Amino acid sequence: MVPLIAYLIVAAGLFSLGMYAVLARRNAIAILMGVELMLNAVNINLVAFWRFSQPVTEAANGLKVGMAGQAFAAFVFVVAAAEVAVGLALVISMYRNRRTVIAEDIDSLKF
Amino acid sequence: MPNVDVVQWIAFVVLSLLVLGGGLMVVADQNLFHGALWLLVCLFGVAGLFVMLSAPFLAAVQVLVYMGAIVILIIFAIMLTQKMMGQREALNDRWPVGLVMAAMAFLLTSFVLVLASNSPLLAGATGNVTGDTILKLGNSLVDTGQYALPFELASLLLTAAMIGAIVIAREEA
Amino acid sequence: MNWSDPNYLTWLIPIPPLVAFFVIILAAGRSKTLSHIIAIGCVFSSWLMSLSIVLAAVTQHKDLGLVGGSLGPKGVWGGSINWLANGTGSGLRAINMGVLVDPLTVIMLFMVPLACLLIFIYSLGYMAHDPRNTRFFAYLSLFAGGMLLLVVADNLLMLFIGWEIMGLCSYLLIGFWYEKPSAYKAAMKAFMTTRIGDVIMMLGIAYLWASTGTLNFRDVLHNQATLDMLAKAPALSSVFNGGFLGLSAAALIGICIVCGTIGKSAQFPLHVWLPDAMEGPTPVSAMIHAATMVSAGVYLVIRMFPLLSAGANIEAGLYSPPMVLMAVVGAFTALFSATIALAQNDIKKVLAYSTISQLGFMIAALGIGAYVAAAFHLITHAFFKALLFLGSGSVIHGMEHGEHAAHAGHAGHDSHVAADAAHGHDAHDSHAGHGEPGAGHAPTEDVTPTFDPQDMRNMGGLRHTMPVTHLTFLIGGAALAGFPIITAGFWSKDEIFADAFNMSSRSPLAIFVLVALALAATLTALYTVRQIAMTFWGEPRTEAAKHALHNDGTAEGRAISFELTFPLIILAFFALVAGFVGVNPGFPVIGSLVKSLGFQEPFANFVGRTLLNAPAHLDFNGWPVLISLTVFGLGAYLGWLLYVRRPVVAGQPDPMEGILGADLYRILQNKYYVDEFYGWAFISPARWIAEVFTYQVLDKGLIDGILHMIARAAIYTGNLFREFNRVVIDGVGDGIPAALIDAARSLRGVQSGHIQQYLLYALVGVLWVGLNLVVIVVFPAIIGWAALAQIAIALLLVLIFNMSSSKASE
Repeated sequence: MVPLIAYLIVAAGLFSLGMYAVLARRNAIAILMGVELMLNAVNINLVAFWRFSQPVTEAANGLKVGMAGQAFAAFVFVVAAAEVAVGLALVISMYRNRRTVIAEDIDSLKF
Repeated sequence: MPNVDVVQWIAFVVLSLLVLGGGLMVVADQNLFHGALWLLVCLFGVAGLFVMLSAPFLAAVQVLVYMGAIVILIIFAIMLTQKMMGQREALNDRWPVGLVMAAMAFLLTSFVLVLASNSPLLAGATGNVTGDTILKLGNSLVDTGQYALPFELASLLLTAAMIGAIVIAREEA
Repeated sequence: MNWSDPNYLTWLIPIPPLVAFFVIILAAGRSKTLSHIIAIGCVFSSWLMSLSIVLAAVTQHKDLGLVGGSLGPKGVWGGSINWLANGTGSGLRAINMGVLVDPLTVIMLFMVPLACLLIFIYSLGYMAHDPRNTRFFAYLSLFAGGMLLLVVADNLLMLFIGWEIMGLCSYLLIGFWYEKPSAYKAAMKAFMTTRIGDVIMMLGIAYLWASTGTLNFRDVLHNQATLDMLAKAPALSSVFNGGFLGLSAAALIGICIVCGTIGKSAQFPLHVWLPDAMEGPTPVSAMIHAATMVSAGVYLVIRMFPLLSAGANIEAGLYSPPMVLMAVVGAFTALFSATIALAQNDIKKVLAYSTISQLGFMIAALGIGAYVAAAFHLITHAFFKALLFLGSGSVIHGMEHGEHAAHAGHAGHDSHVAADAAHGHDAHDSHAGHGEPGAGHAPTEDVTPTFDPQDMRNMGGLRHTMPVTHLTFLIGGAALAGFPIITAGFWSKDEIFADAFNMSSRSPLAIFVLVALALAATLTALYTVRQIAMTFWGEPRTEAAKHALHNDGTAEGRAISFELTFPLIILAFFALVAGFVGVNPGFPVIGSLVKSLGFQEPFANFVGRTLLNAPAHLDFNGWPVLISLTVFGLGAYLGWLLYVRRPVVAGQPDPMEGILGADLYRILQNKYYVDEFYGWAFISPARWIAEVFTYQVLDKGLIDGILHMIARAAIYTGNLFREFNRVVIDGVGDGIPAALIDAARSLRGVQSGHIQQYLLYALVGVLWVGLNLVVIVVFPAIIGWAALAQIAIALLLVLIFNMSSSKASE
């Protein structure tokens, strides 16, 4: 079986790529894509840890953590979807008002 | 009979390549549309990894939601803001710093992971997955003792996001 | 209480005039009539009370003063009350206030109230038109009260109180017309000069009290034990071994007291105030310089004679130091001022110097032990000198009137007004409308250069127009000169000569006194004849003298005239008659006559009882009488030669000048330049000290300098604090916000508006925390290095940031 650490390193790499995209890309949509990458990396992490903590070990407080990883990942999906929707709506609104999608050009909330 | 490990390793490597390569191209490709497409590739690789990690449901959801909805949405947005495509540099002035930061983050994390590879957490149980995981997942989502509340809140969140998106993106009257 | 008992009545004698003073000042100031009534009434009542005591003493108790006589063991009338208790129990030294009536008091009580009353009456007329009339009478009453207080006092302290009251009143009265600078200057001069004497006297009194614990006359003077003790004790023995200058306590006290008399009775060297005191109205001159104040000085030394002569053996001709002082000063002064009187042209100045001279007679007499003679001369002198002063007042009055009358004949109103303004004669308000408010009734040298009514050179022939004044003045002058037999002055002066002659065989001091007094008497006669001749005889030298009259024929004038002449008549009477109580029974003819009438030296017997050991009776000796007659004759003859044989006419220089020579005459006329000397020696340095030293150097320079320095220091400190406030406190207070603003301004650049930058910052933070965690958990060994490295990086970043921001702001 592929060890956990492999998955984790892959996730780390994907996360870093996503971070780089967020930091270095001009286009707002490209930034959002980087955010997606980061979220996916997180998902990989979550599911990998879920998989490698089977069989279920019951926590001391009686809480069943059986499907926690997957549930968490599911919620990440939901949040990602919501965030992308709103984010893109913002980008479109931005495009309409300023005729630009360059993140650097939107800097009126400054000192 | 080929070794199951070997097969898994090959699968893993291929999928990782998809993921990482796709991700890399998302960042590196000047053409934004191509980037979206590469994103698709990457997400597909992630779905594959989910399958390898015995979470087929999530793989399906990944394909449906992420690849099927989110990336489509992104492509929509790209199309709608097309005028600006490709007219300026893809990367901003600060990209070396970002590169360094990202690299450092990756290196630090990997380093820690490698160091901790012998800890019980990482070298933990690798037991089999028993039972109907999908059923369990579904139960956990509606079981009030488990994740029913987050489930509801998530639906609320989606509603709010939907409404918000509509409000933000609509034409000024 | 039996009010006719002299023991109690005596207390009342000084009170009416003092009460009159207060009443007039406080209540009756506006009403002339009321204040006149009060003043005259009070003096009159004092006189009546004194008279009753005098009569009681002279008729019933001729042995007054004799211990164990008709008045019992005390021998005198009087009483005292405990006034100030000092100490308790056995150490009780109380100061008692009380009254004493012994023979000396009686003769003073005879003379003083009478003289005061007569002068009061004279003042009614003389000051009638002065606007400050009521105040004059108030002062006069206070003066009379003070003198009576002094006379009836039974201790030195009460005497001193009366002494000082009179000093104050003389100041007030001499400077009565205070609009004239010469008047108030004279007042100050009088006060200051007598002050010198008073201070020394006070020291003497204090020392007496310290030595004996009492100031009571009977306790000290009538007590042989006390006198002996004082005579033997060395003065100030606690300070000076063997006594101060070898003096005994009695001698030192005596000398101090004699100094008080030298001041008050205007002896050399403190005589300078008396001639200037002529600035005051004439009644004041009469009162102060004849009857009362200067007499008070002589009264004091007569009273204190037992103390002054303590330790002396008069019979043997050995005198105590105070007596020597008195004899020398008195005789010298007598001669000294008589010479000055020769060259004076102001009628009142001649009388002033004459007074000084006669006082010198009295004091010199006392100095050689002639107790009774001094007292006798005191009494007679009071009468005839008061007479002379009042007479001179009438003369001046008349001369001013004559001046007006003379000008009335000329052009008109203008010259009249000018003359009035120049003289400011207030008694002629009958010339209505001029209304000069009492601006200098008695003008002296500074008022008008054209006419001085007091200058004898302007007078002459006044016997025609002022007969009564002439007659009384003649009587007074004769008494002064010592006209034989019929004048009182002759008898009293003769007695002085008799005593001096008696003592001359035993003491060279007596010889000196005799010779000096004889010379002085000669000069007295000379200047008296000169004065009378220049004033009354001959022919008028000016228009004013021609018309001089103080009776202008109107009803008002006659009324004034009564008040002005009545006192003169009374005084003239006494000037003639008063001498007969002192006739020596051995005197040829007259003596037997007097003896047959039952008078056996009544004055000497009476007054002599004041002392413990009454002075011995002197047998009649012809030589002193011869001296008296000779000096009178010589002086009168010389006067006749110079002034009567060829009367001085207008414009002619004084014959005296020819006799003496111009230089000597000028020295005499300028009073031997004593005033100028005092001015140079004492007044200018005092003024220098006051104006330059104390004012400029000490007050302005030193004290103000110190104050300014303190002020400057305070201002400097204030500035220091202000700077500190500005720099430090405000600096901090303003600096901190400024620094914060600067920091904020620099830091706000962080919010650039670029979201990617924000994420970057967040990432940097995360990475930093992560690295630290790794170091801490995984490599704890290099924690120190890691920390150091982080600090260095942080500083570096700050530097870079600063440089970049400053570059940006440039």
